[in-house]
Amino acid sequence: MTLITEQGAVEDRFTRADTLEAALAADGPVLIPLWLVAEYAKVRPQAEFGLSVTGSTAIEDVAPHLAKVSLVAVEFAAFADGRGFSLAQKILREGYQGVLRASGPLIADEFADALACGFTEVELPETLANRQPVQQWLAAKDTMSDHYQSGYGRGPSILQKRHAARKGASA
Amino acid sequence: MYRYDEFDERFVRERVAQFRGQVERRLDGSLSEDEFKPLRLKNGLYLQLHAYMLRIAVPYGTMNSRQLRQLAHIAETYDKGYGHFTTRQNLQFNWPKLKDVPEILDLLADVEMHCIQTSGNCIRNVTSDQFAGVAKDEVEDPRPTAELLRQWSSLHPEFVWLPRKFKIAVTGAEHDRAAIKVHDIGLKLKRDDAGEIGYEVSVGGGLGRTPMIGKIIKDFLPKSELLAYLEAVMRVYNSEGRRDNKYKARVKILVHETGEDEFRAMVEEEYAKLDGPTINAPQEEVERIAAYFASPAYETLPETSATLAKAQANDPALARFVEQNGFAHKQPGYIALTIALKEIGAVPGDMSAAQMRAFADIAERYSFDEFRVTHSQNLVLPHVKQDDVPAVFAALKEAGLASANAGLITDIIACPGLDYCALATAKSIPIAQAIAKTFADEERQKKIGLLPIKISGCINACGHHHVGAIGILGLEKGGRENYQITVGGDASEHAALGERLGPGIDAADVPAAIEAIVETYLGEKQGGESFMETVRRTGPEPFKAGFTAFIESRTLETEAVG
Repeated sequence: MTLITEQGAVEDRFTRADTLEAALAADGPVLIPLWLVAEYAKVRPQAEFGLSVTGSTAIEDVAPHLAKVSLVAVEFAAFADGRGFSLAQKILREGYQGVLRASGPLIADEFADALACGFTEVELPETLANRQPVQQWLAAKDTMSDHYQSGYGRGPSILQKRHAARKGASA
Repeated sequence: MYRYDEFDERFVRERVAQFRGQVERRLDGSLSEDEFKPLRLKNGLYLQLHAYMLRIAVPYGTMNSRQLRQLAHIAETYDKGYGHFTTRQNLQFNWPKLKDVPEILDLLADVEMHCIQTSGNCIRNVTSDQFAGVAKDEVEDPRPTAELLRQWSSLHPEFVWLPRKFKIAVTGAEHDRAAIKVHDIGLKLKRDDAGEIGYEVSVGGGLGRTPMIGKIIKDFLPKSELLAYLEAVMRVYNSEGRRDNKYKARVKILVHETGEDEFRAMVEEEYAKLDGPTINAPQEEVERIAAYFASPAYETLPETSATLAKAQANDPALARFVEQNGFAHKQPGYIALTIALKEIGAVPGDMSAAQMRAFADIAERYSFDEFRVTHSQNLVLPHVKQDDVPAVFAALKEAGLASANAGLITDIIACPGLDYCALATAKSIPIAQAIAKTFADEERQKKIGLLPIKISGCINACGHHHVGAIGILGLEKGGRENYQITVGGDASEHAALGERLGPGIDAADVPAAIEAIVETYLGEKQGGESFMETVRRTGPEPFKAGFTAFIESRTLETEAVG
């Protein structure tokens, strides 16, 4: 697995576990599926952990856990399955401020969209990272300087920039 | 007409560079064929039966002469010297080479055009009324809304990987010429009781293999809330639309399976949660866009032109052209003219490079440098001075563009069909040509009156056959092309799906079957009723009976010969 942020490749602090035994045996924070959260939290109430959910998960099922986790990984079934982008927006709307990971066979061409929808990192299967190395991801995220949609990404949208420019001009 | 500012310009240029990079990364193996496919589709590049096809966006069908001249240049340099206008107000080139595509995109960017989202599972090019800004029955010009949506939907970070394609149409008029009820989202500008302008929002219309009429999910949406509300609709669709079966992935299926009320509740719930002010366009920005669509500098003229009346009296062909192809203009002394790309025997929607240049000259000189593309694969000169109509008619005739058949039985919509398309199961264009030849006589066409025929060469319904007054669907049956005929389809504010008349027939029998349907109409017709008015009154039964009689007579003939 390769983990990529806006700055480049980074180490993954989290260990994936999908049984309680594996989660308890792991060193450092674990990344566990939704159904394991209650069991794990009972045994390790103070431990830092991450939550893994599929793109099709309802926000109502995710929201109750957001205050307790430092990572949410949204699993993409395929690069062309955009449900994860909408789930990311819903998670942010709940006030979540931790790490938001897009995980799965995404392609570099989606990096800018993932970041604009609120993801902070992407976790790729090794085969994909070999074909599309980190440099391609970093280049792809900067191909478009601007976006039209307000409420996405960090910078102002084109509509907001025009608005600001006109205000500045008339001031 | 809208003009790009520095942001739009850079956006389109960077999109071209991005696509060029994607082509390179496909060639060096970084992108697999499966990954590259949706990327090229989102930039309008299809792989057809014989070659690539490039679909160019004509946002809400509006163009100027400089753009059309550039298309003529591209057609001659990179294609076979012609282009094809589609039922989505776009233009397709059927023979470009992959290696030339980035260069073509550069040339398009030079004239403020692009291929962004003319295909793929994303929000497609927004369509509108070809008589926007012209029609007398308009509450408000729909083009500023369409342009705002073009910008908002371009590379939307959240909605580029939808379950399926998504089409939005906008109308500002009472009479719906944009077919909003057969779109994924249909927007109709209207006034509420207080006189405020807003939108009636329909969701879940569509044709294809499961045709459906859109459901009104919001009776009145204040104009300023448009983008946030559409974002709510899109988010519900992106999250809940089916991804297990591409034939059930359109939003119409979600609306149908969820139920209209439940779907409305889901959208309202999402809408209540999202932060409208951070999403909606600033009022000043909406006004900035709208200012581009202000009326051109019309002259003050009398309601009708004596010059034109006199010329019509002396030239019956001109009179017929004005009567058939003219559309009443809101400005006294002006007229909008439909240019039917439907010469008898020609391919519906095709235009040669020479015709493009001639037409660009006409639009520049006589229509404030502007023209429109219609979803009936025709063109419109929106602002012609009535005094100039004789000169315009002469110039159109010279270019082979003066067919006086707009809306008549020979003004046929046809998809590319088996002649071009990889999905087609039957020919479409030759059927249109055969019908046009059968009804070539102008007097006969006039007697029959308005009768839009629409032909699709497969179940995907690109020819909109479900909403043709007469619809023809070509299928493959036991190794033979087989055609099903419907009547009563309507894409206007009386939106309705056509009803099948009986079993499918052979290609060779189609023109005679259409003649039989026309005979039924002429027999049933009361007073000045149009074909559609008659069908609405009588229902399909007499047409079914006529069609059955036609099939029986055919069978007897065949048996007699055999």
